[in-house]
Amino acid sequence: MPGRQAKEKIIRRTFFVLASAGILTLLAIALFLFIEGFPIFRGTSVQSFFLGLYWYPTSDPPDFGILALMVGSLSVVAVSAAVAVPLGLATAVYLAEIASPRMREIAKPVVELLAALPSVVIGFFGMVVVAPFLQQTFDLPTGLNALNAGLMLAFMSVPTICSLSEDALYAVPNSLREASLALGATHLETIVRVVLPASISGIGTAVILGLSRAMGETMVVLMVAGGAAMIPESLFDSVRPMTATIAAEMAEAPVGGSHYHALFAVGAVLFLFTFAFNLVADWISHRFRQVGEASL
Amino acid sequence: MKRMILAIAVLSLLAAPALAGQLTIKGSTTVLPIAQEITESYMKEFPGVAISLSGSGSGDGIKAIIDGTTDIADSSRFIKDSEVKMAVEKGAYPVPFAVAYDCIVPVVNPKNGVSNLTLAQLKDIYTGKIRNWKEVGGTDKKIVAISRDTSSGTFEVWEEKVMKKERVTPAAQMLASNGAVAQAVASNPYALGYVGLGYLNKSLKGIPVNGIMGSEQTTLAGTYPISRPLFMFTRGWPTGTTADFINYVLNPEKGQKLVKKAGFVPLY
Amino acid sequence: MSPENAARKTLPAGRRHGRRRAVQATAFALFRLFAVVNGMALALVVGFLVVRGWRAVNLTFLTQAPMDSMTAGGILPCIAGTLLLAFGAMLVAFPLGVAAAVYLNEYARPGLIVRIIRLSINNLAGVPSVVFGLFGLAFFVIYLKMGVSLLAGCLTLGAMSLPVIIGASEEALKSVPQTYREASLALGATKWQTIWRVLLPAALPGMLTGGILGLSRAAGETAPIMFTAAVFFTPKMPKSIFDEIMALPYHIYVLATAGTNIEKTRPLQYGSALVLIALVLGMNLFAIVWRARLRRNR
Repeated sequence: MPGRQAKEKIIRRTFFVLASAGILTLLAIALFLFIEGFPIFRGTSVQSFFLGLYWYPTSDPPDFGILALMVGSLSVVAVSAAVAVPLGLATAVYLAEIASPRMREIAKPVVELLAALPSVVIGFFGMVVVAPFLQQTFDLPTGLNALNAGLMLAFMSVPTICSLSEDALYAVPNSLREASLALGATHLETIVRVVLPASISGIGTAVILGLSRAMGETMVVLMVAGGAAMIPESLFDSVRPMTATIAAEMAEAPVGGSHYHALFAVGAVLFLFTFAFNLVADWISHRFRQVGEASL
Repeated sequence: MKRMILAIAVLSLLAAPALAGQLTIKGSTTVLPIAQEITESYMKEFPGVAISLSGSGSGDGIKAIIDGTTDIADSSRFIKDSEVKMAVEKGAYPVPFAVAYDCIVPVVNPKNGVSNLTLAQLKDIYTGKIRNWKEVGGTDKKIVAISRDTSSGTFEVWEEKVMKKERVTPAAQMLASNGAVAQAVASNPYALGYVGLGYLNKSLKGIPVNGIMGSEQTTLAGTYPISRPLFMFTRGWPTGTTADFINYVLNPEKGQKLVKKAGFVPLY
Repeated sequence: MSPENAARKTLPAGRRHGRRRAVQATAFALFRLFAVVNGMALALVVGFLVVRGWRAVNLTFLTQAPMDSMTAGGILPCIAGTLLLAFGAMLVAFPLGVAAAVYLNEYARPGLIVRIIRLSINNLAGVPSVVFGLFGLAFFVIYLKMGVSLLAGCLTLGAMSLPVIIGASEEALKSVPQTYREASLALGATKWQTIWRVLLPAALPGMLTGGILGLSRAAGETAPIMFTAAVFFTPKMPKSIFDEIMALPYHIYVLATAGTNIEKTRPLQYGSALVLIALVLGMNLFAIVWRARLRRNR
């Protein structure tokens, strides 16, 4: 017996170590980002890095101001949210409340398949189909701009928002719906006043994770947002989000040079942004108890 | 079962002997058409050699030489002093080989009526001082200035010879390659861009600079103001497969003929 | 009869009732419209690619290497590279992910440590793909001196797929009835024996489904492999895991933005995109259908 017990203990410890792979990877990522990114502050002040308007990493002397890049990221996320949140939520409501079970069985896989589209394909589509279309329809100097990027990013966040919201809505117990209807409310009123508020925690999480995904997306914005590192004055201006900057410039920054460190610093900022998003989502889901969570 | 097959497959990949002839080439998108033609032809003549080719910008190639991650770096500009310093610090001594000549031609869409631009006008357009085509003799429309991103050797030469080291306005679109610029200008009637000679094609209209059109003759004669040699850098003096390849490139019957086929100006 | 109809029968009809119903009808029509638009999005993208790309896809395309400055020939090295990367990533992520799921579901007691582990896994899932690429570059390529290689790419993609595998495996384990565990323990088996001989085999189909989903995601990613494994042109098959490779997503990106003759290779870009989504959507569809079957059989 004691032999078996000891073996069990070892096995349990091994599994614990293996399970920590996740946390170790995360820590390793954070570590490398900060170690490689921190040296930038030897040459550039913190203020000029975060608030500097100009990103000219290869001129002499270089300028490493990421304000335009951050605004670029935020602007495309904002555009994509404006499209993806209504679209995703409406579809989720449709799937959870209005669709017949057969309809649901067909529609749910379709939404999940949309999530499977590789980002480079969506970026390609935006580049060769949407950009010329935008350019001709609105007589723009270029179709590669914040609007295009935001629309394409919505492609990527809608499935996340829709799936998670739909799960949250579906988990609300039927007894709540029946009680509301018995009190004389229409189906719509039940949805708006009972089901949605009950699942607000799950929906909030869904939206935030969808936005986080949009912020972290690289290929789509690389191919479609235009690449101009400046603060946009209109939806039709080109922008250069942080992800695109890293992807575009990483290959040319010699290891250990200031450009290299600057790009890692941008990566660290990105990491912090998405980390913050995730923390907020986690806090929401714990703070505001999802009604019917027991069945989730 | 499935996983066992996979494991065996992976292990068999691990057990491979080292390759006799292997070459890595990285760098300029301008030199890329040349490098690609030569790579294909070279591999046909010497089938035992495996060559891996990338083209994402001269800066990438030079960085790879500094870091030691490539055998040959294509570059459309000469190596900077700061880069030489970094290379030497890491024990790499970059050796330049001029493999072709090139000139950078400003291009517009064939629908654009403008027929000449001076060097000063080009500079003012790219610094953002001139914003409308009517200021340089065209229609009343905003100029869409298209530039290359910072890893580009083409960009560096443009910065040196046209911008005279002044910064390109952030409103200019930064594209990743000659090919991308060509495509953007060809599809936008109000765009202005610049590409290497080898990228000039029917869907673009080249603009003379100061009255001189960029071409093989004007480049070799030195009269065209924006011309430059194209380079291949090696890490230290080349030996083995690297040396064979470089000799192939410089060979007037082999490499240089392919330079001409790619649309650039051969050395001889 | 549905709760709504029951309510309708027992309540008095009123003038306001009619208006509320009209509002509902419009709202529902709107919801239906949005859902249709959502569904159309997928059809639109796939449709365009099929229409513009099917002509490029033939046997030559799928079985040859690129020739003539990429304007002719095929994408065989890209397909091979993508498959190798995806399988390699699974080799890395699957064992680790299953082990983590087993720990979280079978061994762990609720507490701070478990909450931290779960938090990290969720955060790992949210890390941008380009940050994974940076990490892969700094750690695998440079620090561990693997160079730009298939190995570095597989490790980076494996790290990226870890959360997906863990999630799917946990779901699979959760759906194994508790009675299995109890019966096994009652027969005198240790916890480990229960896991190894009863639970894992029972949960394996669900885990494999998750594995396929993770595989398809890894196959479609570009940013993590841009700096760690993929190059523009290396038409020979990789002979060792330290070789560079070509990959479908990177090929599409590079042809569309950095190629030497973008217009001429356009049909090939469409064709490559078509092959890629056929691969990815095919794997996904398979996994989704299989999972639905599994759920129904329970």
